[in-house]
Amino acid sequence: MVALSQERLVTSADAPARRSPPPSFDRFFRLASLASALLVLIVLLGIIGSMIYGGIPAFREFGFGFVTSTVWNVNEDQYGAWVAIVGTLTTALIALVIGVPLSLGIAIFLTQLCPPWLKRPVATTIELLAAVPSIIYGMWGLFVFAPLFANYVQIPVSNIVEGMPIVGTILYARTPSGVGILTAGIILAIMIIPFIASIARDILDQIPSVLRESAYGIGCTTWEVVRNVLLPQAGVSIIGAVMLGLGRALGETMAVTFVVGNANRLSGSLFDPGSTIASRIANEFNEAIGLQLNALMALGCILFLVTFTVLVLARLLVSRVKVG
Amino acid sequence: MSTIALNTSSAVGKAAAGNAEAPVRIAVRDLNFYYGDFRSLKDISLDFYDRQVTALIGPSGCGKSTLLRTFNRIYSLYPEQRADGEILLDGQNVLSSSIDVNELRARVGMVFQKPTPFPMTIYDNIAFGIKLYERLPKSELDGRVEEALRKAALWDEAKDKLRQSGMSLSGGQQQRLCIARTIAQKPEVILLDEPTSALDPISTGKIEELIEQLRSEFTIVIVTHNMQQAARISQFTAFMYLGEVVEFGPTTKMFMNPTKKQTQDYITGRFG
Repeated sequence: MVALSQERLVTSADAPARRSPPPSFDRFFRLASLASALLVLIVLLGIIGSMIYGGIPAFREFGFGFVTSTVWNVNEDQYGAWVAIVGTLTTALIALVIGVPLSLGIAIFLTQLCPPWLKRPVATTIELLAAVPSIIYGMWGLFVFAPLFANYVQIPVSNIVEGMPIVGTILYARTPSGVGILTAGIILAIMIIPFIASIARDILDQIPSVLRESAYGIGCTTWEVVRNVLLPQAGVSIIGAVMLGLGRALGETMAVTFVVGNANRLSGSLFDPGSTIASRIANEFNEAIGLQLNALMALGCILFLVTFTVLVLARLLVSRVKVG
Repeated sequence: MSTIALNTSSAVGKAAAGNAEAPVRIAVRDLNFYYGDFRSLKDISLDFYDRQVTALIGPSGCGKSTLLRTFNRIYSLYPEQRADGEILLDGQNVLSSSIDVNELRARVGMVFQKPTPFPMTIYDNIAFGIKLYERLPKSELDGRVEEALRKAALWDEAKDKLRQSGMSLSGGQQQRLCIARTIAQKPEVILLDEPTSALDPISTGKIEELIEQLRSEFTIVIVTHNMQQAARISQFTAFMYLGEVVEFGPTTKMFMNPTKKQTQDYITGRFG
């Protein structure tokens, strides 16, 4: 032992000090990683810049009227974004109205009520739902869901509400084809459920179990615990989760293009076809030239602005999870 | 004996002597408790006397918190935990499936290790629990909230900020808010699970004083790791070890003249 350690001492004393790489290498390494990080920023700025640059001619031609006009006439080179904006907001709103309660239900079930053996299968299924490509939702929506929706919902409901005030307009299908604003909203709801549900589940999981126990401890039922203690405790973070879903719903393109009907018409009925900003761009971009192309770019700018704002707000809210 | 024992015995002098004449409020009979396959309470039989403070002491993992958690069946939130045997509260078995657990939990209040104010105002923290079981006009509800805050010795500090969030209070105040919330429901029994372990000495002193006062109205069971605390505030003490009750008796006797050597060793700090 003694001999060994002495020998080691001798060798280490004899050996030259570790040859460190030249300082220039470290500088290169730092620059390379900085460049990788900057690249993302440059790409993002490039995209924003070119969108604005492409959209400017349309904004200059139509002014603020571009946002408020309902005309979209390729032959007369007249473009307005209002129908697409309304379509985007309506479909996203429908998606939230249907998707948020379901997502919260899933999150509450998984964190509060689910027997342990069922937890993993349900959670995995939700995650798989998020992994389905949106084109699949589009195909399924168009070929499977839309015909069923037309036969079993649109036609019977239209027959019932026909002639009634308000609902007679909102839920009346002039041509019950199955595609339309409501169909797009429903498909979007299915698409955003996994996002909202899994974030809401994480948020509820972070609430200390002793808080839950003390709520049950004063005699609350499960509903009262969730409604009065857990959800308020999760607070703004849940709203953040909802807004992440909203961001996705606003920008979703492929599935919506399949089932929204792609009509440039402002209709009072949710059963009627319409279009969203994303579906309009997807439909026309290939053949667009001149001012039409500029108008589509301008549409893109508007969508970008809206989704960007929603996502930034969502991130801010989600990051404020109260752990204490 | 060591100095620790001397300290505790002088502390015992201050606490009121246990009154074994008091009627039994909770009678535990042959209670067994299981976490999955692990049996963590073994044939516990124990009496808790009306309007007396009973302290459960013992080393970590001995089952004292588990025992406490059976009295309001809070353990039943976790499917892998179960209890068998009998816990008779006023002669009624709380483990029976015919018991309404929510109502039971309003009768048997619980305060936890850490303060757990609900995410609402100080006023609502207390009013919420009352409103679950009673429909009261606003004026009467105000009175009940004030009464509970006064009994929890929090009224003077909180009366000007009833509309502020419960989170705005200090840790010790939050714990008194939780006690106020519990007593506002007019329970028969109050369970305290190491209520001062997260608090500083001054807040601890206030809570101990409070427990002393609450004894005139409620039957109190407290789990504590602090020997001095058990000696100061309880009339009866049960020493538990490895899921069994080693010794139970009036606190004075337990600390001055324990029967079992194990009890003496634990109290004097020789193990645990």
